[in-house]
Amino acid sequence: MAYDYEKSIRPGKLPHIWCPGCGHGIVMKGLIRAMDTCGLEKNNTAIVSGIGCASRMPGYLDFNTLHTAHGRAAAFATGVKMAKPEMTVICCGGDGDGAAIGGNHFIHACRRNIDMTYVLLNNYIYGMTGGQFSSSTPPGHLASTTPYGNPDPAFDLAKLAIGAGATFVARTTAFHATQIDKLIVEGIKHKGMAVIEILDDCPTTYGRRNKFRSVVDMMKRLKDIAVPVTAAAKMTPEQLEGKTLTGVLHKEDRPEYCENYAKIIARVQGA
Amino acid sequence: MAKKIALLQGNEACAHGALYAGCNFFGGYPITPSTEVAEVMSGELPKVGGKFIQMEDEIGAMASIIGASLAGSKALTATSGPGVSLKQELIGYACIAEVPCVIINVMRGGPSTGMPTGPGQSDVMQARWGTHGDHAAIALCPSSCQEIFSETVRAFNLAEKYRMPVQVLFDEIVGHMRERIVFPEPGELEVIDRTAPSVPPEQYKPFDTSFGDVPPLAAFGSDYRFHVTGLNKAEDGFPTTKAELVDAEERRQIRKVEGAEARADIELNEEYMTEDAEVVIFAYGSTARSARYAVNELREQGIKAGLFRPITLWPFPEKRVAELGEQVKAMVVAEMNLGQMVFEVERIVKNTCKLGLVTRVDGDPLTPTQIIDQVKEVL
Ligand SMILES: Cc1ncc(C[n+]2csc(CCOP(=O)(O)OP(=O)(O)O)c2C)c(N)n1
Ligand code: SF4
Ligand SMILES: [Mg+2]
Repeated sequence: MAYDYEKSIRPGKLPHIWCPGCGHGIVMKGLIRAMDTCGLEKNNTAIVSGIGCASRMPGYLDFNTLHTAHGRAAAFATGVKMAKPEMTVICCGGDGDGAAIGGNHFIHACRRNIDMTYVLLNNYIYGMTGGQFSSSTPPGHLASTTPYGNPDPAFDLAKLAIGAGATFVARTTAFHATQIDKLIVEGIKHKGMAVIEILDDCPTTYGRRNKFRSVVDMMKRLKDIAVPVTAAAKMTPEQLEGKTLTGVLHKEDRPEYCENYAKIIARVQGA
Repeated sequence: MAKKIALLQGNEACAHGALYAGCNFFGGYPITPSTEVAEVMSGELPKVGGKFIQMEDEIGAMASIIGASLAGSKALTATSGPGVSLKQELIGYACIAEVPCVIINVMRGGPSTGMPTGPGQSDVMQARWGTHGDHAAIALCPSSCQEIFSETVRAFNLAEKYRMPVQVLFDEIVGHMRERIVFPEPGELEVIDRTAPSVPPEQYKPFDTSFGDVPPLAAFGSDYRFHVTGLNKAEDGFPTTKAELVDAEERRQIRKVEGAEARADIELNEEYMTEDAEVVIFAYGSTARSARYAVNELREQGIKAGLFRPITLWPFPEKRVAELGEQVKAMVVAEMNLGQMVFEVERIVKNTCKLGLVTRVDGDPLTPTQIIDQVKEVL
């Protein structure tokens, strides 16, 4: 039987705003399946986003949803989670939102290891505003504000999350649809800051300028560049040139922020 | 039982006022001259099971209190001019999404880093117009430590009652001054909590106006679930671009604060010897302390002076200022900036009386002598 997405979608809120061929819908379906697998209770779950095409996702989902300001999802979510640690908190949003304007909140949420799952949809571009380069646009690539090719180096977002202290970091692509929910499930179950970077496509603003003839071409690229971490171990640096590692990239146990704070409360009140 | 009495700094009084009001979440970022508010909250909140978080910047601090408030907390942040500048986008968010929260601004001079340890009153217009877009504002301006306590309580009450951000502005002088504080007993000051929805969850709309201009607010993690956005939205909380809905929402959000009934509830002024006054000094915050001294001095010299001190700065006390404008020969605005509230006073009194202005921005407070001189010059 086909999977029933309807039960997680808010009645009357579709159709979504995304362009045909946009990868954001694939990620949303993965998120829905993952939340379902984890048995999340709608009233006890908050989904928080910033601004951008990717950040429109919460509006379609029948949970507590908070569509904030550009870049601020992690900081709003921190307030929600601190106030009600018993809630499951999920952030979702784009590369520009989470890592450029929101980079500071993002790294500090990682550092605190606060228990939330951040689904970072990296389509290498500012989609919503018409395709300006983001902090993850590859060098040399074309965007509406890099007419001569992008002069900026790009972030490796998963590495950034690991470096900043996130205790669960994974990556996959919009092509690897079934891996999306598997990784998000692991992220939700992980106690602490979980970051799942999903390499995604924006045919409308990024694909068009960078000579991808079709969405299929873009999906093929996502398929080609992805190398599972397990396979990468047996590959030479030459073979790994231009590839991106996928799967669980980092997992560790470290005290979670709200639990730490609860201990402080207990100690102060006990004294 | 004797009441608890303490010698407290204004900033400390502010924190204790917040706790009295039931504040259980603080998100902040250190900045002189406001930091003591955060310091006291970091020590006191865990004692009552509340949460304190020092965020990575003031934008994050503002975001955290909005998030916490939506999850049902009574949330506070405290900062100074540069921090308020950073918070502005999200203050607008709290306005349009109608999220109760309190922002303390211990004012210093500026622009930019200005004089971090000097007093100023140059954020009074920022409190009104700092964020972009049309919106109503509530800002309170206490002038003593005891009043900082009670106005912080009132700020929470107004934030909860009107579902919006409320700013409390005082300046470095009152923030760092130590005065005797009498702690009110529990129940002595009114403490208001937001109106929770009375309809069953499936009927709940977060911007349902059938209950009046301030819709009931549920909390994340309760039996109600809902959507919140900074986009213009319809009653159900979802984005809309329908002209008539956008227009109605924007106007309602102004009306809920500036409507006659709301104004009567929110506005608070102190008047001193205004009954027979021929000249009224308009002063707020710590400047009003010098102004009161000036009034006494002028009266001794046979000049019928009075003091009008708005404790609620925004919404502006239009009606009363207009009445006083009709009554007096002159009004003198005294403020620690280069002239901000004077434009509001001018807008209201028009040409009904003469208008004088005395300002100071060198890091020292306005003295009674400066004010007296200005009054004599205008008369
Ligand atoms: C403070 C602020 N600055 C700029 C913008 C304009 N803006 C809206 S969305 C966006 C980029 C979104 O890109 P990304 O987060 O990667 O999401 P995508 O649209 O690619 O999914 C920008 C720059 C804004 N809304 N707010
Ligand atoms: S502009 Fe790009 S990111 Fe936005 S919906 Fe269209 S394809 Fe997706
Ligand atoms: Mg993007």
